[in-house]
Amino acid sequence: MTDDSLVTIEVDGQPLQARPGSMLIEATDAAGISVPRFCYHKKLSVAANCRMCLVEVEKAPKPLPACATPVNEGMKVFTKSPLALAAQKGTMEFLLINHPLDCPICDQGGECELQDVAVAYGGDVSRYSEGKRVVKDKDIGPLVATELTRCIHCTRCVRFGAEVAGVRELGATGRGEHMQIGTFIERSVDSELSANIIDLCPVGALTSKPFRYQARAWELQEQASIATHDCVGSNTYAHIRRNELMRVVPRDNESLNESWISDRDRFSYLGLNGEDRLTVPMLKKQGRWEEVSWQEALQAVATALQSSAEQSGALVSASSTLEEMFLLQKLLRGLGSSHIDYRLQQIDFRADSVMPVFPWLGVSVEALEKQQSVLLIGSNIRKDQPILGHRLRKAALAGAQVTFINAAHYEHTFDATHIVTHAARMVAELAAVAAAAGARSSGVAAELIAAARPADAHQQIADSLKQQDESLLLLGMQAMHHPDFAVLLELTRALSEATGSKTGFLPLGANGFGGTLAGAVPMHGVAGTSIETPGKNAAELPLADLKTVILMGVEPQYDLPAGESMLQALASVPTLIALSAWRNEHLEAMADILLPVSVAAETAGSYLNAAAECQSAQGLLAPPGEARPGWKVLRVLGNLLDQEGFEYNSAADVLSEWQAAVADLPADNRIKANTLDALNLQSDDEQAVVRLAELPIYSVDALVRRAGPLQQTRDADQKQLRMNTDLARHYDVQAGDLLRITQNNVQAEFSVCIDDTTTDHCVRLSAAIPGTEQIGGMTGWISLQKVDA
Amino acid sequence: MSMTNSLQNQDKNTLFSDDVKQQIDQWVAKYPDEWKQSAVMAALMIVQESGNGSLTTEQMDRVAAYLDMPPIAVYEVASFYSMYELKPVGKHKICVCTNVSCMINGSDRIVSHLNEKLGIDFGEITDDGRYSLKEVECLGACGGAPMMQIADKYYENLTPELIDSILEGLD
Repeated sequence: MTDDSLVTIEVDGQPLQARPGSMLIEATDAAGISVPRFCYHKKLSVAANCRMCLVEVEKAPKPLPACATPVNEGMKVFTKSPLALAAQKGTMEFLLINHPLDCPICDQGGECELQDVAVAYGGDVSRYSEGKRVVKDKDIGPLVATELTRCIHCTRCVRFGAEVAGVRELGATGRGEHMQIGTFIERSVDSELSANIIDLCPVGALTSKPFRYQARAWELQEQASIATHDCVGSNTYAHIRRNELMRVVPRDNESLNESWISDRDRFSYLGLNGEDRLTVPMLKKQGRWEEVSWQEALQAVATALQSSAEQSGALVSASSTLEEMFLLQKLLRGLGSSHIDYRLQQIDFRADSVMPVFPWLGVSVEALEKQQSVLLIGSNIRKDQPILGHRLRKAALAGAQVTFINAAHYEHTFDATHIVTHAARMVAELAAVAAAAGARSSGVAAELIAAARPADAHQQIADSLKQQDESLLLLGMQAMHHPDFAVLLELTRALSEATGSKTGFLPLGANGFGGTLAGAVPMHGVAGTSIETPGKNAAELPLADLKTVILMGVEPQYDLPAGESMLQALASVPTLIALSAWRNEHLEAMADILLPVSVAAETAGSYLNAAAECQSAQGLLAPPGEARPGWKVLRVLGNLLDQEGFEYNSAADVLSEWQAAVADLPADNRIKANTLDALNLQSDDEQAVVRLAELPIYSVDALVRRAGPLQQTRDADQKQLRMNTDLARHYDVQAGDLLRITQNNVQAEFSVCIDDTTTDHCVRLSAAIPGTEQIGGMTGWISLQKVDA
Repeated sequence: MSMTNSLQNQDKNTLFSDDVKQQIDQWVAKYPDEWKQSAVMAALMIVQESGNGSLTTEQMDRVAAYLDMPPIAVYEVASFYSMYELKPVGKHKICVCTNVSCMINGSDRIVSHLNEKLGIDFGEITDDGRYSLKEVECLGACGGAPMMQIADKYYENLTPELIDSILEGLD
C-alpha cells in the first residue's frame, strides 16, 4: 500500500516509505535496519559529527551520513555495501584511537554503544602505537560521574542541555585533539533533568555516580515501574539484582515522559535502605518500644479501632498507592468515620465543597506542549513537576505565552512573563487579571476584582487567554498550599469562565489526583459519593480529640505544615498508629504502634497521573525484614475488624473494586462558584513580613528526603532564610547572621541568605527541611529578631 | 535559555567601559537583533585588546551577559580559536610561525634564538612580563619565511641579528 504523501526509497534492496524531509536513519530505524551511530538521537538535533552512520547512496560520490541525509524519491541506499562498511570501519578505527581499552573497569561495559559497534566494526588489533589522549575528569556534582578520557565527542550531552533541559551547562571547549566536554570552569551541572545525560552518553564518559562500580549490566533484571514523586507518574525501568534495587532508568512513553525522567525519579531509590528503616512491628508498652509479632501488633490496632469506632481518623501521604488510600478510607468508613485526608500540606479547606471530584491537569501531558497561552498560579513547575516543566518549555518555544503569578521569582528555561509579588498579594494580582478579563464573582473575590486596577501586563494576559484557542490556567502546589487557596480557586474559576480557558491542577504527590477519587478526603466518599457526616480535614483532624489516628506514610514533622501544635496534638491522641517505612524520633515519641510497610517499588500499587490515567506497578522487591505492603496490612485489619468486602487476593482486586466504583466518571475540572467572606492572609500593618514556605524539589516525601546524593545537589541547598537587601538592612543582618523567626508562637533560628529576587517584606524559608520540625512549613505572617552573636 | 551567571542580572551598561561598549555595539549592529551572539568573536577580541592581551573567565562572563549567551557558549568560542589568549601573555606577544615554509627556511633557528635570548619556551612569559612566546601555524607570509608576528605587525626574512634589532626597537 502506498501513500502519496510519502516517498519511496530502497535500502539494501528493500523498498521503504518515508516522510519527505525525514532523514535516512529515521527510515532505517523504523524498518529495523541497523545503522551504527553515536551522535544521532531521535530526541536531539542532528549533529552529524561522529560519522559512524555513513552509508552508500547511489550516485553520491562518497558515503553520506544517514542521520543528516534527507530521503528522496527513488533513492537507493546500501548500508552494508563494501563502500559503506569501509567507511564505517574507518570511522570506528579513528574513534578507537583515543578511546581507552578500559572496558573491564568501565561501568558502561556490557551496555556500551561503542563496545557493541566495536564488536561489529572494529579491528581486532590496533594499528595505532602512538600515545593516547588523556583528559582530566571534572567534578560536575553528586549525580553524574565523569571519565572524560572515554569521551568520543558525540555532543549528545551538550545538545541535551541546550535543547531539552534548557540549561546550557556543558559544552565542547578546545579544538581538534584538544576538544573536551565539560563546564570549562569548575561547577556542577544543576538541571533537574541532568542525569538523563547518563543514558544519552554512548560510552562510559558520563555514568551514574551513585551506581558506580555497584553492578554489571548483565547481572540486572529489568522490570517496568512507575515513578512516585510527582503527579506525572513517569514510566521507568527498575534494575534489580538479588532483591536489591540497583538503579532506575527511563522507559520510553511518548505520551508522558518521552525518553526522560527527572533526577528525583532516577535517584530516589537511594533512600530505600537507610539505617532508619522500620523492619519489625513495634508496640509501645509502658513508654518503651518493644518488637512484637505482626499478629500482636495488628490485634492491638484492631482493638483500638474497634473501641474508637467513629472516633478514628487517618492521615495518608499523597504518594501512597490508590489501593492503600481506597482501603484505608473503606476501613474507616466501615467504622463510621470520615476523618481521613491526604491533602496534608493544604491549609485552606474552604473550597472543599466546590473542588472537582476527579481533578486532573486539564489537558493531556502531550497537549500541554500545544497550549498557546498558559497562566500558572503559585507554581515552580520546573522543580515541582520537572517533566511537565519540560513540556511547558516546548509550548513556550513554539510561541506560547506563559505567565507565572508567584510569590518568588523562579528561573525558567524559557521566556515567560513573571508577576512576582508578596505572598499575600497573589490574590490581588490574579484578581487584576480576572478584572481585565471582565470576570464575575461574589464575596471577597468580587471585592478583589472590583478593587483591582489592571496594569498593561494583566490586560495582556487576559487578552491572550481570551484570544487563544488553547489556553490553560494551572494552579500549582504553592497555590494549593496557600492560606487563601479557596480565593485563588474562585478567582481562577471566574477567570476561566470569562476567558474560556481550561483549568488544571499541579498537586503534590504521585496520587495528588488519585486521593480525591479514592475517597481519601473527609467531604465525600469514593468517586464523590455524598456522605452524611463529613469528617475532619488534615488541619483539624489531629486537634479533633479522636481516640485513634492512623498515619500512613507520613513524617509528621515535615509532612504536616502546622509544626509544633500539630505534633503536640498528635502526641496526645490516645492511640496513634503509624504505618511507616521508617522510624524517626518524632514518630517514636508520639506513636503507640509502628507497623513496617513497603515503599515505592516494594509494593504493587496504582497511581492516577496528571493525564487522568491510572497506571499500575508491580511489587518488584521483597520489603526488608517483616515489612509488608500497605494494602496487605489494611486488608488484614479489615478482616480482623470483621468488615465486609476485605477478601482481596491481590492489589489488582482492590483496584478493580475501586475502578468499578468510579465506573465511567470522566476527569472534569469544573469548579463550582464559591462565595467567601474574607481573606486568611491579610494584614493592616504594611510592614508585616510574610514567610513563603516552598516545598523544595528534594523534600517532597520521606523517600526523597533520604536519598543522599539528591540532598547534596544545589537544588537541595535551600536551608537558609532568604531575604532581600532591604529587609536585611532593616533587621541589621548580613549573610550568615542568625535570625530568630517566630511563627504561630513558635521560634526557630536560621542563618540569613541575601537573595534579591525575594520580594519586599517577604522571607523565603522552605518547608520540610531540617530545622523546621517545630515551626512547620506554612506560608504566613511571621516576626523576625536578630540573634546577637 | 536559562543563564547561570550572576552577571546576567546586571545592568548591561555597567558591564564594560563606554569605549569598549561602543566598539562592541558597532558589531552588534551588523547582525539582526535576535542574532546578536554573532558578535561574540569581535566582542571577545575587543575585550582582549582593551585589557592586557588575554581573557579572564570574568571577562568572558561579561561578554556572555552582554550578548545574552550562556557563558559556556562563550568559553567554547574563546577556547576554539587560537587568537584568544586564556592565560596571561607578555606585553609583547611574539608569534613565531613554524609551519612548512618557515620550517624549511630555518624557523627552528629562530625559535632557539628566541628561547635563548628570552629564556622562555612557547607558552611562557619572561619574568619581567615583557615578552611571551607563541607557536603559530601559517600566517600566510610564506614569501618572507621565516616570519613572526608581534602585535599587528609581520616581521619577515628573519635572522637572529634581525630579531635582536626588532626586539630592541620595541617600546
